[in-house]
Amino acid sequence: MRYIRPLSMEDAVGQLAGSPGTAAILAGGSDLLVRMKGGFIEPDLIVDIKAIDGLGEIRETAEGFSIGAAVSCALMGESAALNREWPGVVEAAKLIGSKQVQGRCTIVGNLCNASPAADSVPALVAAGARALIVGPGGRRTVAVEAVPTGPGKTSLAKGEIIEAILLDRRAPRSGDAYLRFIPRTEMDIAVVSAGVNLTLDEHGVVKSARVALGAVAPTVLLVEEAAEALIGRKLDEAALERLGKVCSGACRPIDDKRGTVEFRRKVAGVLARRAATTAYARAGGK
Amino acid sequence: MNFDPRYSGRNFASVGTRPIRPDGVDKVTGRARYGADFNMAGQLVGRVLRSPHAHATIRKIDTSKAEKLNGVKAVITAADLPDLTDGDAALYDILDNCMARKKALYDGHAVAAVAAVDARTARQALKLIEIDYEVLPHVTDVDEAMKHSAPVLDDTIFTEGLEQEPVKPSNVTKRSQYGHGDIHAGFGQADYVVERSFKTEQTHQGYIEPHACVASVSADGTADLWVCTQGHFVYRQHCAQLLGMEASKLRVTSSEIGGGFGGKTHVWAEPVALALSRKAGRPVKLVMTRDEVFRASGPTSATSIDVRIGARKDGTITAAEATLRYSCGPYAGMWAELGAMTAFACYNLANVRTVGYEVLVNRPKTAAYRAPSAPMAAFAVESAVDELAKEIGMDPVEFRIRNAAQEGTRSSYGPVYGPIGIGPTLEAAKNHPHMQAPLGKNQGRGMACGFWFNFGGQTCTDLNIGMDGSVSLAVGTVDVGGSRASLSLVAAEELGIAYEQVKAVVADTSSLGYNDMTDGSRGTFSSSMATISAARNAIKILRERAAQMWDVPVDDVVWENGHAIAKGEKYGNLAALSLREIAAGSGKTGGPIAGHSELVADGAGVSFATHICDIEVDPETGATRVLRYTVLQDAGKAVHPTYVEGQYQGGAAQGIGWALNEEYVYGKDGRLQNPGFLDYRIPVCSDLPMIDTQILEIPNPNHPYGVRGVGETSIVPPLAAIANAVSNAAGVRMTHIPMSPPRILAAIEAERGGRWSK
Repeated sequence: MRYIRPLSMEDAVGQLAGSPGTAAILAGGSDLLVRMKGGFIEPDLIVDIKAIDGLGEIRETAEGFSIGAAVSCALMGESAALNREWPGVVEAAKLIGSKQVQGRCTIVGNLCNASPAADSVPALVAAGARALIVGPGGRRTVAVEAVPTGPGKTSLAKGEIIEAILLDRRAPRSGDAYLRFIPRTEMDIAVVSAGVNLTLDEHGVVKSARVALGAVAPTVLLVEEAAEALIGRKLDEAALERLGKVCSGACRPIDDKRGTVEFRRKVAGVLARRAATTAYARAGGK
Repeated sequence: MNFDPRYSGRNFASVGTRPIRPDGVDKVTGRARYGADFNMAGQLVGRVLRSPHAHATIRKIDTSKAEKLNGVKAVITAADLPDLTDGDAALYDILDNCMARKKALYDGHAVAAVAAVDARTARQALKLIEIDYEVLPHVTDVDEAMKHSAPVLDDTIFTEGLEQEPVKPSNVTKRSQYGHGDIHAGFGQADYVVERSFKTEQTHQGYIEPHACVASVSADGTADLWVCTQGHFVYRQHCAQLLGMEASKLRVTSSEIGGGFGGKTHVWAEPVALALSRKAGRPVKLVMTRDEVFRASGPTSATSIDVRIGARKDGTITAAEATLRYSCGPYAGMWAELGAMTAFACYNLANVRTVGYEVLVNRPKTAAYRAPSAPMAAFAVESAVDELAKEIGMDPVEFRIRNAAQEGTRSSYGPVYGPIGIGPTLEAAKNHPHMQAPLGKNQGRGMACGFWFNFGGQTCTDLNIGMDGSVSLAVGTVDVGGSRASLSLVAAEELGIAYEQVKAVVADTSSLGYNDMTDGSRGTFSSSMATISAARNAIKILRERAAQMWDVPVDDVVWENGHAIAKGEKYGNLAALSLREIAAGSGKTGGPIAGHSELVADGAGVSFATHICDIEVDPETGATRVLRYTVLQDAGKAVHPTYVEGQYQGGAAQGIGWALNEEYVYGKDGRLQNPGFLDYRIPVCSDLPMIDTQILEIPNPNHPYGVRGVGETSIVPPLAAIANAVSNAAGVRMTHIPMSPPRILAAIEAERGGRWSK
């Protein structure tokens, strides 16, 4: 096993692309090291990206935010600007693992681990976040929902690294929220989760919406019909009920050790309603 | 030995105070040595290969490739642990569980082991061991295993205890029955009858420290074992028997213990580590991973229980019966029997009958878990009792008070009770402010009672007085709950000296006579009795030495407040001699001063508790939140009240986890789906409220200070108390533990008659 700590993206991409065996990228290591210690994987090459310039920073630009691949979730929690503009994304990131894990783990790692139950992903999908990917063929930007393709699988090509997650600057009267269901109060993994992102007009009517569900399908679901249930209406009982129904119906869950199909369907609708209510309030809706 | 264990009703100076524990600083600074902290020069890493099948015949094991791998020093299979059990069926089961002989009987059953120079080599070697399995049909569910169509795990098992001897083998090893009176007549007198069926899933003790040991077998056949255990003398006995050694040739030293709760009363890895060391000729360290702990140590039974209770309008129970089916894993046990004995032990019943069935399943061998088998029986009985009170229209506490056992009651399992604490804990619960705390929307309150026998057993203790007057106390019961602090208090009390002057240690198996394990809530009960006896023996010598120093008859010397006093006016001018002064002169008066004690601590007083719990249920998700929790339990006498409270809180915390989320989840393939703390959900700190405690002291007449065991009873009521609270909050009776959110939500939906929204 070889461990390297490149100082530039070019070097990291080159090493990854040129490695003959299995390779893994190390940022926080909260998934990688656990899987290595558990004996599930033994990569030939480990590329630690934490020394690459800029990857540990949250940058504010005219367009919005760029969250580097080595930014820990705890650091996101300390960014006042990010908390103000994307509270739903931050609350999702701050739910991962424990306090200790949050000091190490990253949202890019959470995305690339490609678990259907990843906490930050539904919030990022709802937020319309994009991933900035650097690879042997240059740079490209894709919607975050295009990165995971199934449990443990991503659309990243050999040698490609996600450099940052990009979030837009907020329109006025916008709010987002994320909720997950776990049987415990913390230190757990989502059985069902929902991220909702809304922008209202000056009358409190939903102008645009994105609704994402986690842990109810092989990948995080962006439920367009759920957004349609909200757009053009205030968040009244009827809209919420319709939202819940649509979300329950959109689930393609399985029975497993964490929950049943029926439970996930039902609770997906409940969480979507509750997250929408919070997002609506954060957007200033009454 | 001339020791009077009867309760004497004295006043205490040290007992009942709360000094800091002698092992505390080392534990919080990381200096304390646990099982995996022992190391020896040249030690090898031991790893165990485990069956991936729930049930399979082992046709052939080929270890040749693993043996050839560079760095591998020993590979063993069952052939390296020959059967020396000589017809002892229970010991044979232990042997077969340590290393499968003909069949793998559960996912995780050990089939081979290696010792290698490092962990990586050991892991690689495991992959090189080739095993030819013939996979057999399996059964993991307790009810399924009782069906005629179920695959039979052991075709030599014919159910014991049936009126007619069975002609066919089955998975039911034994039927047991307890009770008295006439059930049919009793139900005939009842105005109300509640009949319900309950299930509880299998849980693990969840101790934080995995099993760990270092074994070192010398070329001369003697051996050392350093191990995390609840009973190093028992481990010595089992290991020596399984390996064909004389017990005295194997010295076992117990480490600090990061939790046991009954799960460290049984050998798994230790005989394997010794066999590896014997073959390799080097020390071997074997540490189980968490995955191995879940798959292959000893969780508690899964159960299926039917309860029927009848009562008159005035609230008097006229008849009670229960049928209890407990899983044992693949080997015979007496788990259902313990359930059958404890189920109705809280009540004064004219007509009662319980029947237990021990059931074999393809799961790990059941081991003790804190008051083993009682919590599940209490869950079923106390749920039905609650419902019956509701039907009659009586307050659940009043209903229980009316039917509670008292001194002189013939218990449902046979013996007649002496002074007991069930009534007082119920009265205390009735008057506790918790009962008046306001409940909000979707919140419910539940309460329940629990019983445990407690145990005494064989105990051997040494008390040595140094020349500086300090006292070292060597005990043979492993300290799992603060017993070194409690026993130091007891020694200080008897000798009349300061707690700080006493240092208690857990001695190894070569330094003391045999001691039973720290189980059955016996640690402080039995070792305090032995400590009192040892201290009194030392006082006898101290008096003799003082008499010698003064040149007076020993009968004129008494021991008071840590001093020898010459009694009578004629000695008026003699200043009292302190323990220090006598010890300082001991070299000239006959040598070291010590007190020894060996005894069987009989008369462990039975223990009762009542718990109250408030729960909030989210009716849309089935999520629960424990709002308040109160434990009221009889301690006889709380030697160190802080650690008694700790036991009360710990039992409640484990019970909350068991009641709400913990369970073994098996797939259709018979493999355990959740062998880790992510998906086997013990409560985290934020899941628990502050657990309030109230210690009652109803002295045990069979202990000089009135002490009763306190460690186990606290896990008996929680499943029932929480189930009653959840049922009251959700408006639907919960009959399946754990009450995980999907189960609660499904029950709420079913009660509403609603369908799942599509």
